[in-house]
Amino acid sequence: MRHVWRAVATAAVVSATVTSCSLTAREDDGSGAGSGAASTPSSVTTSDGSGKVVLVVHDSFALPDDLVASFEKANDIDLEIRQSGDAGELTNKLVLTQGDPIGDVSFGVDNAFASRALDADVFAPADVTLPAGAEAYELAGDDERALVPVDNGNVCVNVDDTYFTDKGIDPPQTFEDLTDPAYKGLFVTESAAASSPGLAFLLATIAEYGDDWPAYWERLMANDTRIASSWTDAYQVDFTQGGGNGDKPIVTSYDSSPAFTVAKGSDTSTTSALLDTCFLQVEYAGVLTGAANPEGAKKVLEWLVSPEVQAALPDSMYVFPVADGVALPEAWATFAQRPTDPKAVDPAEVADRRDEWLQEWTDITTR
Amino acid sequence: MRRLATLLGLAALPLAVLGVFFVLPVAGMVGRGVWPDGVFDPGAVLDVLTRPRVHRVLWFTLWSASVATVVSVALGLPAAYVLHRLRFPGRGLVRGLLLVPFVLPTVVVGVAFRQLLREGGLLGGLGLDGTPTGIVCALVFFNVAVVIRTVGATWEGLDRRPAEAAAALGAGPVTVFRTVTLPALRPAVVSAASVVFLFCATAFGVVLTLGGSRYSSVETEIYLLTTELLDLPAAAALSVLQLVVVVALLVVAGRARRTPDAQVQRSTARAQPVRRRDLPQVAVTVVLLAAVATPVVALVVGSLRRDGAWTLDSYRALGGRGGEPGDPTLVVPVTEALLNSLRIAVDATWMSLLLGGLVAVVVTRRSRGRAERRLRGALDGFFMLPLGVSAVTLGFGFLITLDSPPLDLRSSPLLVPLAQALVALPLVVRTLVPVLAGLDDRQRQAAASLGAGPLRAFATVDLPATWRPLLAAAGFAFAVSLGEFGATSFLVRDDAPTMPVVIFRLIGRPGAGDYGAALAASVVLAATTALVMLAVERLRVPALGAW
Repeated sequence: MRHVWRAVATAAVVSATVTSCSLTAREDDGSGAGSGAASTPSSVTTSDGSGKVVLVVHDSFALPDDLVASFEKANDIDLEIRQSGDAGELTNKLVLTQGDPIGDVSFGVDNAFASRALDADVFAPADVTLPAGAEAYELAGDDERALVPVDNGNVCVNVDDTYFTDKGIDPPQTFEDLTDPAYKGLFVTESAAASSPGLAFLLATIAEYGDDWPAYWERLMANDTRIASSWTDAYQVDFTQGGGNGDKPIVTSYDSSPAFTVAKGSDTSTTSALLDTCFLQVEYAGVLTGAANPEGAKKVLEWLVSPEVQAALPDSMYVFPVADGVALPEAWATFAQRPTDPKAVDPAEVADRRDEWLQEWTDITTR
Repeated sequence: MRRLATLLGLAALPLAVLGVFFVLPVAGMVGRGVWPDGVFDPGAVLDVLTRPRVHRVLWFTLWSASVATVVSVALGLPAAYVLHRLRFPGRGLVRGLLLVPFVLPTVVVGVAFRQLLREGGLLGGLGLDGTPTGIVCALVFFNVAVVIRTVGATWEGLDRRPAEAAAALGAGPVTVFRTVTLPALRPAVVSAASVVFLFCATAFGVVLTLGGSRYSSVETEIYLLTTELLDLPAAAALSVLQLVVVVALLVVAGRARRTPDAQVQRSTARAQPVRRRDLPQVAVTVVLLAAVATPVVALVVGSLRRDGAWTLDSYRALGGRGGEPGDPTLVVPVTEALLNSLRIAVDATWMSLLLGGLVAVVVTRRSRGRAERRLRGALDGFFMLPLGVSAVTLGFGFLITLDSPPLDLRSSPLLVPLAQALVALPLVVRTLVPVLAGLDDRQRQAAASLGAGPLRAFATVDLPATWRPLLAAAGFAFAVSLGEFGATSFLVRDDAPTMPVVIFRLIGRPGAGDYGAALAASVVLAATTALVMLAVERLRVPALGAW
């Protein structure tokens, strides 16, 4: 019996040590990591907006540390950033917690989901002065100006130029080309029901073909188009220039993607975006209704459209600034070409008919 | 009366935890669906159940989970025998490695599987890409370790004398297995199978990645309805449907677990060297190992290659935060995320062992009277429920219900290990219950009549028998915590992310650097798990004495 007790005692000691390690270590972490640059007590909020501000963002949010630190210091704010899923998930979380929000200010609701958030009164108007050029991106129908445009980018079909050069055929150019038997089985796009670029591509085809879009998608599916579950699945597994060296040279991605496929020591990108297939995505920020610190939230909005943050957007989040006169990174100026006339669908119509469209799209693609 | 008070006293803590962190959030989410805009309207919910798509989704879920469970048990039984009854060099290592798939983040496994199965991939010739068979393969890959460990822990402690007696009386090996061994293993097999079925039926990342938009399960459908369409009545309908199916399954499993002779004689059978007649089982185990290893090897190879050459760059990148210099993808370095994961896993492990241990003791005590037995049975089933409910429903439920004092817990760091402990709880309970239930209550009575108090009786009777299963359960809980993604991604704070969350972020970015780092991080996570499992194997106390 004795060795049983010895074993029990050992286990008790081991688990007690490890456990106490864990709990204390985490507490240390909490106070260390959360402090950032500001040392203000976080629970106290004052009328000038100093103190703690919680910024709820989508998963792709990123900004350089020093930018965040200098903002915190200049405004005596402790900025806590919480990532909350993709644009759709973020929007739905905000809608469900309307009135008792999970933060003070949010960034990342895009034009495909914005009207859902506005209908649910998720955002409260905050009188923010927009930089020159940004008005062009304001959401149609947002009469109270609750949403502040922060960045924009286009979802475009991308092609692997090296593949088509090797095969000696011209790459496709238009939506119609994608249904050409010459490109049979070469195109992978994301699910419109599960992925934000997938939805954008569907909306682009709706903008192009109007109510005839189902016929176009039937031809697309007849040409052996693959529907991937996510951008990761499409680009990193199936695309010939993605991480997994797949076998599909045509993929739905962004207008900025070609800037990331420039091989080391080369001065050309191996991919390019088809500028006639683009759908404009604008991402917005706004103060949340019922925010604990609305003044601080407004300062965050002003910061997001400030020249410093606008200039950091391309490198940090692979999107273009909304403000005029912001210098783009060198690789972008060369490789990330922008469409002159991207496709667009009226946000109100998206809000009204999205479910109906997705239902029909699902029927066609799973037939 | 006093017995009932003890029972409720022991069950109080697990019940309270489950009530606040499971029943309340799920009820909150379902409530939003049934009371849209504050008006009771179950019509919309019932309407959803008549949609043809819902029928298709439900059928696919039941079909894929059943097939995957049957295959997992069929392959897992011989492997459990080989790995827990036979003696050969490297046995502990193999056991540790087998748990690796269990903790690999589903998003990475999805990518690894698709790279193998897609046209032009290593196994592209099988034509499994985007097929239900491919999905079932992935489900088996994840879950076969559950069968091996749960059944193996019981098999190990099985007295081999009845089997030897049967053989001496002229029974062939098949007859011995059918009439002696299998009945004794049945509770453990049913336990493992029901857990595997629940895991398969609620699998999320794998089905989403491998199923494309063609195949969806109830779980992926709830995800789409909640996060993209905000169709709460439909999501509520499917959540309720999930619960109904789970409860039905538990009732059936509970019946099947009841054996005519529950008091199995336990002893510590010495593992035997491999003999000629073990060859079929060994062959199955080798094939299984190869099948499980293929995606893992593909992952390792992927992490070591960049631009067509072998390199350790992806591993060097783990000290950093991904992305470009000065513009990282992550908030903290990957190495720090690993430490976070380990810390959280320690907490999740003790929480689930504490809760699961209490539950297992409560439900296995011999009942007096039918009412008491029913009550214990109901408790047993109740604690299995977290496995059967969508992580999305739970996650959104946390947001809308735990938002005001005294339960203002939405951003509490304790939520993460607690949620993981709830996910691991059914595994812990199912690992411990068969062993505790197999104990002859007369041993406890004997201890009591010799003057031992309840604690002393527990320490001398229950503990020696549960020691190994307890370790197995701890290993499971630790592994579940390390790999858990669904609930964690909802609750985790950005400044303290776990490995799966970090891997998910890295692989979601363009650029070869982050892609390689995601694969390398997965390999590190897998290796860490294997090491922990090996340590657990080492901790096993040798012989516990014959009694």
